[in-house]
Amino acid sequence: MGDGLRRTALYDNHVSAKAKMVPFAGYLMPVQYDGIVAEHLRVRTAVGVFDVSHMGELELLGPKALAVVQRIVTNDVGSVRPGKAVYTPACLESGGIVDDMIVYKVSDEDIFICVNAANKDKDYKWFVQQAHGECEVRDRSDEFSQVAVQGPKAPELLGRLFGSDVPGMKPFTFVRKTYKGADVIVATTGYTGEPGGEVYMPNEVASTMWTELLDAGADLGVGPAGLGARDTLRLEMKYCLYGNDIDDTTTPLEAGIGWTVKFNKGDFVGRDALLRQKEEGLKRALVAFVVEDKGIPRHGYELYADGRRVGQVTSGTLSPSLKVPVGLGYVEVPFDRPGTKIEVDLRGLRRASARVVEPPLYRHI
Amino acid sequence: MAVPKYYRYTESHEWVKVEEDNLITVGITDYAQEKLGDIVSVELPRVGDEVERGERIGMVDSQKASSEVFAPVSGVIAEVNDLLNDDPAVINSDPYEEGWFVRIEVEDTEQLDDLLTADDYEELITRLEEEEGE
Repeated sequence: MGDGLRRTALYDNHVSAKAKMVPFAGYLMPVQYDGIVAEHLRVRTAVGVFDVSHMGELELLGPKALAVVQRIVTNDVGSVRPGKAVYTPACLESGGIVDDMIVYKVSDEDIFICVNAANKDKDYKWFVQQAHGECEVRDRSDEFSQVAVQGPKAPELLGRLFGSDVPGMKPFTFVRKTYKGADVIVATTGYTGEPGGEVYMPNEVASTMWTELLDAGADLGVGPAGLGARDTLRLEMKYCLYGNDIDDTTTPLEAGIGWTVKFNKGDFVGRDALLRQKEEGLKRALVAFVVEDKGIPRHGYELYADGRRVGQVTSGTLSPSLKVPVGLGYVEVPFDRPGTKIEVDLRGLRRASARVVEPPLYRHI
Repeated sequence: MAVPKYYRYTESHEWVKVEEDNLITVGITDYAQEKLGDIVSVELPRVGDEVERGERIGMVDSQKASSEVFAPVSGVIAEVNDLLNDDPAVINSDPYEEGWFVRIEVEDTEQLDDLLTADDYEELITRLEEEEGE
């Protein structure tokens, strides 16, 4: 196929399910199957399965693997026990974000990292450069497929395939399991705000597992969910999307994920700049907002308050759960305070009034 | 992908139906609604607005993207489809009839001759789909 796009191991499954396929981060990925709203609500009320095999997987191996990862990421992987997963950014010296990722601590000498699809080559180079040869860095992205199983019924479904211990696992932990003779990782991580997990597996068993998840979960209301629903689900939780809400010009403190920056864990790349920013105080902050009349905010739209421009939208959609337009965006401090009235400029056509709210935008009642 | 023969088209995926000598109906094509997916809201212009050819007259928002709608010719907005405010998804289900966007009183009917024919437009979307690789 001459389009230069890669296919995941589940490509044929998506085509058979009549998914709408779109180019994303060099892959042809399913954006939706029976509709973004239906898939979104399925994840909020039952369980959805996502092909996220485009994501990258890096491995740090050797006696100094933990020391290396501690120097590269801002969160503390040192104080957690093996079997824990840690959400963290990795920063430049400037404090700008190289990528955000989940670090799985297998042991002090074996660290497994899931990174964004669009950043995996950049991340691999960054990790190699920052490791200074002190540990082995491997890009294992091509060997792994990844399926996210998310929703209130997801733990039960995962239990049916991987064992009765899985539904009782604490959030952000992982176990190794055997599936059809293959080693897989079952992690209670995700990007939707729902219970469930993400399963990493060799490409060879991906299609079998995908089919079995859909069959075994039929009575739970399972269905496939695409990248469209993944985006609206994460947006309702104010989970950042690299390239939209965060990039190498924004810091974790500005993005509202300051809890992932552990100044007391020892030195790490970006620590000085972040500490200075913390001491001087933020000039802008990423906020969640709800639009109070009609009009959907989109990446790049300008935000106004007090009759002047105070920031811009980084993500926006019509919230399938709340049925109102919602968005994320950077605004000047102090317009970041929950309750602040702001306006979204709809590409110059009109300004829609909006209100800054405490995240998440959606939570189970 | 439906492309009615007796309509005219633009490269920005609006369709034009000539109702009377100088009154046209404008909407977005089947191709455009299919690309956008589930349409959830619209921004319509005001009746009486004077518009220039190529000027933006509104917006169509789907769950995943917002797309601008442009005036195919210069004129005055004579009518807007208020139904779209209550039921924007009608653009998905019936883009060429119930899903119309605005009616424009055309200032210079010669501008209509510059619009694409159905054959031209079909050629355009075939080319776009080939470029997408599917």
